[in-house]
Amino acid sequence: MTYPVIKAAAYVLVHAPNILLEHGTTITTERLLNPDSEYLKVLPKYLRSFDDAVNYAPNQVYIGNMKPEELRGYPTPWYANPVSGSRDGKYGEIMPEDEFYGLLRIVDRFELVELSPEFASQIKPKIEARNLFSAKQLAALDKTLDLSEIEKMVANNEADGLYLDGKLVGCVRAAHETDENLSAHVVFENLVSKASGALVLANLIKKHGINPLDIDYIIETSEEAIGDMNQRGGGNLAKAIGEVCDCLNATGSDVRGFCAGPAHGIIHACAMVKAGVFKNVVVLAGGSSAKLGMNSRDHVKKDMPALEDMVGGYAILISENDGVSPVVRTDIVGKHKIASGSSPQAVIQAIVADPLEENGLKITDIDVFAPELQNPELTVPAGAGDVPMANYKMIGAMAVKKGEIDKKDLMMFAEKHGVPGFAPTQGHIPSGVPLVGHVVDEIKEGKMQRAMIIGKGSLFLGRMTDLFDGISFIIEKNSGKTEEIKEDSEALKQEIRELIAGAIKEVADSLAGR
Amino acid sequence: MDKSFFENKKICILGDRDGIPGPAIAACMETIGGEIIFTSTECFV
Repeated sequence: MTYPVIKAAAYVLVHAPNILLEHGTTITTERLLNPDSEYLKVLPKYLRSFDDAVNYAPNQVYIGNMKPEELRGYPTPWYANPVSGSRDGKYGEIMPEDEFYGLLRIVDRFELVELSPEFASQIKPKIEARNLFSAKQLAALDKTLDLSEIEKMVANNEADGLYLDGKLVGCVRAAHETDENLSAHVVFENLVSKASGALVLANLIKKHGINPLDIDYIIETSEEAIGDMNQRGGGNLAKAIGEVCDCLNATGSDVRGFCAGPAHGIIHACAMVKAGVFKNVVVLAGGSSAKLGMNSRDHVKKDMPALEDMVGGYAILISENDGVSPVVRTDIVGKHKIASGSSPQAVIQAIVADPLEENGLKITDIDVFAPELQNPELTVPAGAGDVPMANYKMIGAMAVKKGEIDKKDLMMFAEKHGVPGFAPTQGHIPSGVPLVGHVVDEIKEGKMQRAMIIGKGSLFLGRMTDLFDGISFIIEKNSGKTEEIKEDSEALKQEIRELIAGAIKEVADSLAGR
Repeated sequence: MDKSFFENKKICILGDRDGIPGPAIAACMETIGGEIIFTSTECFV
């Protein structure tokens, strides 16, 4: 059996403190319910600078400049112990907010984003210097609107403002007079997802020297609904993002599954490639503006920076087996079934233990597990705990129950088969996929045999079911064999044997007069 | 805690998606008694 491979992976972050203040739902809800609250007054003082975000160790891990394991020995709190980081990463980059506003304009096909002439002229050379977007695309920044007009639209609630250090520099207009699905707020959220998705796809193409014309299909896995009042959530962000990056031969679609979306998307992509429907499928997602500052109330209470100021993005290219890149074992997929049950034990049994057991593997045969990889420095102060650690403890407990490890080694399990969380709390972004880039490198360097990527989704948030969801797959070292050819030639040999046997039988029958 | 504590009580359950989800808590509570009037699971990540 031959398997599809993970050919390339890219990761980006966008520093977005002003978007946090204007669009983070914790903040917008507070503004609605308690407009004079102390939290709202002091929050701006807890926002960090772009340099602080770049020099934050978990962010350097996310873009590939540090290994996740390096966080183990690194002094905590990580925010108080900056590294000497770089905006440019092995897997992608960290973009500042002003450039991102320019990118919103570049990816906007309906002239819904307006930038002031002063601001646009400042950021155009900065974006140009990054060499990611064409002169034709950058020309979008030449079309501007006077700040006084932007101020009027924002004051009349016809548009949502784009701010930098409290100053208005642009806006995003509503795309319809009455349709709330095309309100300025919803259009803004969707454009953030599209722009960060385009940024990560552009990085994937550039960092790995991929010809965008070779990409056949794009699967987008964020959590935004793209549509209007007659088809809310109709899509299709995938194709919209591919258009920005000149993937002219691609079509695509959006896969949704809350935080499990990326893992589902990768399995869809692998199935397409394995079936021979498409040769090169990119699975990707941009990030979420709504989740920015989600736990900032607790961060402020604890007198620590509001660290949820990063919009995330990832892109993974799934291709035909090249004999070199790590494979995805399409025959070992774990799934949380409708009947699986929602207890933590039932979830881990269904998505981790069952697929391994069915394929003769032990939990300890997996070198590293990538469950949800939220940075604990963001979640622990808010009372949400260390999510990856909780997952490792549960997987380890399952290994103890199955007699694969001794109970006394349970705490060592997390260190041996896990990594510290390093991803921003961006819903679908931390769900297993942030480790794929590191896993691919480790396997190619011969330091790892196989890893399990786990996606989990909170389906109950949509109020259509109280079910949980989870799905997992295994990335493994490529055997280097052209298995398909071998398999095909074996099948051919068997067919010839059967033909010869049939012919001999006919001769024998005829000689015997039967 | 004494099981009788829950007798004739109305119970609201708030589960955590990364801890113990609401339906799992509800399944336990159903064996103890009391009336479950609301079950929800929240997400903080």
